[in-house]
Amino acid sequence: MRRSPWESWLAKYPALFAMIFLVIAISVNLILQPNLFEGDTLNSNMRVFLPMIILAVGQAVVILSGGIDISVGGIVSIVNAILATRVGLEGSPEKMWQFVFISILVGVGAGALNGFFISVLRLQPIITTYASGFLFAGIALFILPQPGGGIPSDISALYRTTRPLGLPLAFYIIGVLLLAWWYIRSSRYGRFIYAVGGKAEAAYETAVPVTLVQFSTYVISGLMAALSGIAITMLVGSGNAEIGSQMTLNSITAVVIGGTAMSGGIGGVVGPIIGAITLGLIQNIISFANIDTWWTTFVNASIIVAALAAPGLVSLFGRRRS
Amino acid sequence: MKKFRISPPLAALILAIVLFLLSGLLPNGYGSDVDVAIAQATNILRLSVFLGVIAAGQTLVIISGSEGIDLSAGSVVTLSAILTYVMVSGQNDKVLLALLVALIVGAIIGFLNGVGVTFLKISPFVMTLGMSGVVTGLIIIINHGNVSGKVAPIMTQLIARPLVFGIPGAIIIWAIFGTLMWLLLERTTFGKNLFAIGVNRTTAKLSGVNVTWMNLAAYSLAGALAGFGGFLVVGNTGVVFIALGQPFLFPSIAAVAVGGTLLSGGKGSYWGTMAGAIVLTLITSLLTTMQMPESVRRMVLGGTLLLLVSIYGRQKALRQ
Repeated sequence: MRRSPWESWLAKYPALFAMIFLVIAISVNLILQPNLFEGDTLNSNMRVFLPMIILAVGQAVVILSGGIDISVGGIVSIVNAILATRVGLEGSPEKMWQFVFISILVGVGAGALNGFFISVLRLQPIITTYASGFLFAGIALFILPQPGGGIPSDISALYRTTRPLGLPLAFYIIGVLLLAWWYIRSSRYGRFIYAVGGKAEAAYETAVPVTLVQFSTYVISGLMAALSGIAITMLVGSGNAEIGSQMTLNSITAVVIGGTAMSGGIGGVVGPIIGAITLGLIQNIISFANIDTWWTTFVNASIIVAALAAPGLVSLFGRRRS
Repeated sequence: MKKFRISPPLAALILAIVLFLLSGLLPNGYGSDVDVAIAQATNILRLSVFLGVIAAGQTLVIISGSEGIDLSAGSVVTLSAILTYVMVSGQNDKVLLALLVALIVGAIIGFLNGVGVTFLKISPFVMTLGMSGVVTGLIIIINHGNVSGKVAPIMTQLIARPLVFGIPGAIIIWAIFGTLMWLLLERTTFGKNLFAIGVNRTTAKLSGVNVTWMNLAAYSLAGALAGFGGFLVVGNTGVVFIALGQPFLFPSIAAVAVGGTLLSGGKGSYWGTMAGAIVLTLITSLLTTMQMPESVRRMVLGGTLLLLVSIYGRQKALRQ
C-alpha cells in the first residue's frame, strides 16, 4: 500500500506536528496568561489537563493497533458515578481507595468486553464501541440519575495540591506513562501492536497473536479510561453521569493532532500527550479570550473539527505540490 | 445443507409484530380490545415515521461503505426544526419556503461532512461527530436561550392529524417517501453506484463510477433527509428545544442495523430500515409504557445494537 506524503512524513517525525501546535498554543496562552509557567498556574492547568492526557494515551494504543474506542467517555462516566455514589462526601480514605480499586476493575472489565466483541467475535471496532459506549453511559446514568454525590474534599485536595519537589503531580504521572510506554514499545508486545496496526492479515501470517494483541489494547484503553475517570472525579470532587460524554471525541482529536494515523501502525504516545495538552491550552485560550458565552460551544467544536482536518489539509496540499 | 433463511427486513417486520402483540399483555396495555389495539398500532406507526425518515439518510451513508455513518443527524434535525419553527411562525404560506430551507441547510451540513470524509480523509465517524458539535454550537447561537415561532396549522393538519380514512398524514407521507427511496436505491444509476462504492471503492472506480462525487452526494443527501426529518418532527411536536433531535440519533443507526443493512456497507434496503424504525419505536414506547427511566432506555438500545452487530456485523476471519 502506498503511503500518502503526510503518512510517510509522520512515520519519520510522529510528534513534530503536535509540537508545532503546542508551541503556537503556548505562545498565545502566554500573551493572555503571562504567569503560565509559575508554580500555581502550572499546577492548576496540569491537573485539569491530566484526565484527558491519560484518556488520550489509552486511545492512542487502540488506534495504533488499527482500532478505535468510542466507549471511553462512557467508562469515565461509570467510574465517576461509582465513586460519587459509593464513597460520598463524608467517606473515609479507606473507602475511597477501595472504590478506586473497584473502578479500575470496572474499567478493565469494560475494556475486556469491547476486546471480546472486537477481537474474538471480529466485529467492527467503531460501531461496537459506539454501541457499548451508549450502554456504559446508560449504566452510569442508572447508578447516578441526577448530578450529585462526591468524594471527600481532603482526597480531592490530595489530587489538586500535591506537588512533590514543587512540580505538579501531573508531571510525575505523565513521566510514569512515558516510562511504561517506552518499556512496552521496546518489548515484543510493542512491536506486535505496530504490526497489527500496520496490516492485521500480514501480522497474522507472521505468527503475531493478532486476537490477543487486539484484545489487550482494548483492556489497556478501558484501564486508562478508568484512571482518567478517577482523576477527573478527584479534580471536580462531585458526580455527574454525563461527565465523560464530551471526552471521547477530544481523546480522538488529541491522538490525531498528536500525529498518530487513524489507520493505525504509525505514531506513538508522546504525540497524543502533547495533543491533549494542546487541546487543554486551546480551552484556556477560549475562556480567556472573552468570547460571548453563546458562542463558546460553536468555537470549541469548530476548533476540534479544524484540528481533525489539519493532517488532511497538509496531505492534500502536499499531493498538489508533488 | 441448505439453511432456512428469512431476509432481515422480513425478520424485522415479524419482530415488530411480535413485540406489538407482547405489548398488549402489559398491565396497562390494550388487552383484548381490538379498537384500542388498532389505534395504538396506528400511533406507533405514526411515531415511527420520524425515526424512519431520519434513518433514511443514515441508510444511504451506511450503504456507501468505508465506515460511512452520520452522527450529525441528531443535531441537524434540531437545527432544521428550529429554523422551520422560526421561519413559518404560524403562517401557512411560509411552509414551502421553510421546507426548502430545511432541506438546503441539511444538505450544506451534509456536504461539509462529505468534504471532510472525501478530501481530508477524516474517518466519517469522527468527522460527523465533530460536525454534530459545530451544529449544536450553531443551534445555541440561533436559539439564544429561547426562540419565538410557531408551526403552521397546515403542518399540524398534514403531519399530526388523521388525513383520509383515519390514517394520519405522516404515514401517507412515509409511504410515498418509502417508494421514492426504493426507486432511488433500486431503479437509478445513483442507487446502483452507491451499492457499488459500498462493496469496493477500487473496483467501483475502475468500473467508471465517480467515487468522489458519489460520496459527496451521499453525505449531502443524508444531511438533506435529516433536515426533512426535522421539518416533520417539529410539525408533529409543535414545539422546539435544544435536545429535540439527539434522541433520534442512536435509534436511527440501530434501525438501519435491524433492517439488515450491513454496517460495513454495500448491502441493504430502505424497506429494512422502515421495519427497523418500527421495531425501535416500539421498543422505546414499550419502555415508556413500563415507566423505565432514560438510563434503562439507553442500556436497552446499546445492548440491542451490540446484539445486532454480533449477528450481522461479523468480519471475515483472519485465517483464510
